[in-house]
Amino acid sequence: MTARERIAGNVASYVDDRTGAAKWMKKNLTKVFPDHWSFMLGEIALYSFIILLLSGTFLTFWFDPSQREVVYEGGYAPLEGLKMSAAYASTLHISFEVRGGLLMRQIHHWAALIFMAAIVVHLLRVYFTGAFRKPREFNWIIGVGLLTLGIVEGFLGYSLPDDLLSGTGIRIAEAIIQALPLVGSYLAFFAFGGAFPGESFIPRIYTVHVLLLPGIFLALITVHLMLVWYQKHTQYPGPGRTEKNVVGYPLMPVYMAKAGGFFFIVFGITAFLGAVASINPIWLYGPYTPGQISAGSQPDWYMGWLDGLVRMSPPLETHAFGHTISWNILIPGLIVPGILFTGMALYPFIESWVTGDKREHHLLDRPRNAPNRTALGVMSLTFMIVALLNGGNDIIATNFHLTINQIMWFSRIAIFVLPPIAFIVTKRLCLSLQRADRDLVLHGRETGRLLRMPSGEFVEVHEPISPEKAWLLTQHEQNPPLALEEVDSRGVRRPGVIKNKIRARISKANAEAVPKVSVEDLKEIEHH
Amino acid sequence: MSMEIEAIKDPGLPAHVHRAADTDPKAAKKAERQVAILFLLSALGTILLISTFFFISEDTFIYLPVLGNTNAYQLFLGLGLAASLFFIGMGAIQWARTLMPDEEVVAERHEFRSPDEDRADFVATVKDRAGQAGLGRRSLIKRSLGLSLGLVGISPLLLLRDLGPLPKDDLTKTSWKAGTRLVTDPGDRPIRPEDLEVGAVAQTLPELASGEKRTLNNIGKDAVLLIRLRPEEFNLDAERLSWTHEGIIAFSKICSHMGCAVALYEQQTKHLLCPCHQSTFDVTRAAKVIFGPAARPLPQLAITIDADGYLVAKAPFTEPVGPSFWERSS
Ligand code: HEM
Ligand code: FES
Repeated sequence: MTARERIAGNVASYVDDRTGAAKWMKKNLTKVFPDHWSFMLGEIALYSFIILLLSGTFLTFWFDPSQREVVYEGGYAPLEGLKMSAAYASTLHISFEVRGGLLMRQIHHWAALIFMAAIVVHLLRVYFTGAFRKPREFNWIIGVGLLTLGIVEGFLGYSLPDDLLSGTGIRIAEAIIQALPLVGSYLAFFAFGGAFPGESFIPRIYTVHVLLLPGIFLALITVHLMLVWYQKHTQYPGPGRTEKNVVGYPLMPVYMAKAGGFFFIVFGITAFLGAVASINPIWLYGPYTPGQISAGSQPDWYMGWLDGLVRMSPPLETHAFGHTISWNILIPGLIVPGILFTGMALYPFIESWVTGDKREHHLLDRPRNAPNRTALGVMSLTFMIVALLNGGNDIIATNFHLTINQIMWFSRIAIFVLPPIAFIVTKRLCLSLQRADRDLVLHGRETGRLLRMPSGEFVEVHEPISPEKAWLLTQHEQNPPLALEEVDSRGVRRPGVIKNKIRARISKANAEAVPKVSVEDLKEIEHH
Repeated sequence: MSMEIEAIKDPGLPAHVHRAADTDPKAAKKAERQVAILFLLSALGTILLISTFFFISEDTFIYLPVLGNTNAYQLFLGLGLAASLFFIGMGAIQWARTLMPDEEVVAERHEFRSPDEDRADFVATVKDRAGQAGLGRRSLIKRSLGLSLGLVGISPLLLLRDLGPLPKDDLTKTSWKAGTRLVTDPGDRPIRPEDLEVGAVAQTLPELASGEKRTLNNIGKDAVLLIRLRPEEFNLDAERLSWTHEGIIAFSKICSHMGCAVALYEQQTKHLLCPCHQSTFDVTRAAKVIFGPAARPLPQLAITIDADGYLVAKAPFTEPVGPSFWERSS
């Protein structure tokens, strides 16, 4: 035993003497984590959150969340002598006078973009591999919550500096609140402490941005990770991997070193971006005033799809009985996003209702083997991408010499037409990939070598694939659709016939598949 | 699952292949050196950061390809920080990959569902304890508790009452009155019709009485755009035409969609465009919406000139300016 090992042993005993945690610690230190690049997406989100906490705390030391009017006398000459809010002036101060201040602002903003991107891609990974299935529905819902709060937190963050761009964003948020039927103008006046813009909003959202939401994030992330820990990670299918085991590396030391190292890499890359890539140069926009605007106003990308939906909305308003309902704001700003996010949160339950599958799943699906789910995912993505592109319609118009009118009409039609097309194409694609898998198992891999037969014709030599590969391509379950009888055993019609019909329909579409290769199929091939 | 079809067998975990560093002490030494070099690179990064802090002045600008004119201080501070963090990470990962055990281990999963017996026991306990509380039997308690909890929920609403005043007529009224002069923004100078050439646009605000201060709240409702056309270019009804003066027409600058400043005027087409969601308004037809999500024209302000020849409002706005709200009647 080396001296070092003895010390490690002593520390472990010291801790156990005081906590009795020996058994628990041993179990957890040797806990096994499967390894795959796509499992790092959630980690990136976690690490960027930590970076946000660190860089954000740095910013709070100088940021003054006040809309009190001040006259600027700082180091940035073009704005010298201008009236502005203390919030804007202090952000200029951080950018120009605090050493490393601009770097930290840029790190904070880049970390926010990476955080949101990591959450979204992580969510897609979970969706397309079916990792949300029982028993992991709670974590799926927590994830949707984190995504939603992340959008809000990011919006509040870039609203804080009170520059011309962020003030315009707040203006739009106020209009959405104000558009709510019945309570809209009251809520807006309560939120803003009176009429827009007032002097209360930024101090208030500051508390939410640095205290309330980060607290909720911390709580949700903790539960999220505890569940991952307790339920153990899912794993991709492959030889030796089953529903009953986890194959991977132990937490200590391999996984600790890898995860810890990865944190530093994410932080390093974020710092690199903060150093070389300018982001949100608020001094170029000028201070906010409601009478001005900068052309090409763009929110951060995670808000862009909302903006795109608002932009493509038709000019619908109802005026009746002395009241106004702004459908052009409510539908794209609240109703559609509400339906999308609720649908997303409920998806695990919808799928298990359709398949009737109430079992636990720890082996991930290859997306092609769940064609309906994959197609639905690509369909939703297509919807989001059309919306996001329309959010940048002015930029696209200038870059590609189109008129905004053309892009708007394209988007208005595409948002209805492209998603269903995406569904059909993806489903087809999945089924043909299944067919390709089947061919590969049955006939082997094409080698590119040609062989001349005695008859004179050429055939390509096929090489059988390895048993590991054959297993990978055939390990998935193929379940028949639900058999929902319309009458029960006593010949009485069951209640909810229509509901059952719909369910049977979807279930049937869901079960559509190219039959996977069985041992019989292989034997048959050998006979020829 | 139909069982007649026999599935292909799982060949099991493939045999573990050793890395060079596992068997060859030389390769292991080399890996160790690589890890050390990475950690040293991190140390160099911190040294870059420290030297920047002490030796580069904060207002040094250097010209770099791609980045352009760059503040050297912020740049090297950032690059130093980035390197110091990044290479710690690379070192740790290289260490784990080359020198720590790389044999995959198998752990068993446990089913989450408790054994039936435990579960039945648990359910029974819950039922039993709930019964002990007697909520089901004592409906008086149940109802009164429901009432008090419901009422407690109201108190935060009251306690938050002072978040803001009630809207009253704040959303419907602006500072414009009959006779208020239009003054330039910025500059606060009154405007004569001859100051505006045909085709010109001016951003204006209501003139302040002496001692009054203009807040952002005022600007958010009062901002008005003046545009001068040739009178024959208008396509207005008689009333709206009478609201113009010698080809000068005035609109609220606050977008009727979501309140952005409608700042872009296209002289050729005589269209006003809001950069937020591209609602487009036709100036010749009283700012009728011709494109985009806005559902209402920009409110028009009736203008004329006063005794001194300066442009003034003939009357207040006849409708609320800015985005819609529930109480808005048109
Ligand atoms: C999930 C978490 C967070 C997100 C997505 C986020 C996002 C943002 C964004 C996009 C900005 C605008 C930065 C700019 O370009 O100027 C910002 C500003 C700010 N954030 Fe955060 N943030 C998060 C967490 C935090 C935390 C935890 C703190 C403090 C403890 C914090 C403190 C600040 C401060 C003080 C500012 C204003 C200063 C400035 O803009 O220079 N943030 N945030
Ligand atoms: S605010 Fe002007 S178009 Fe939306």
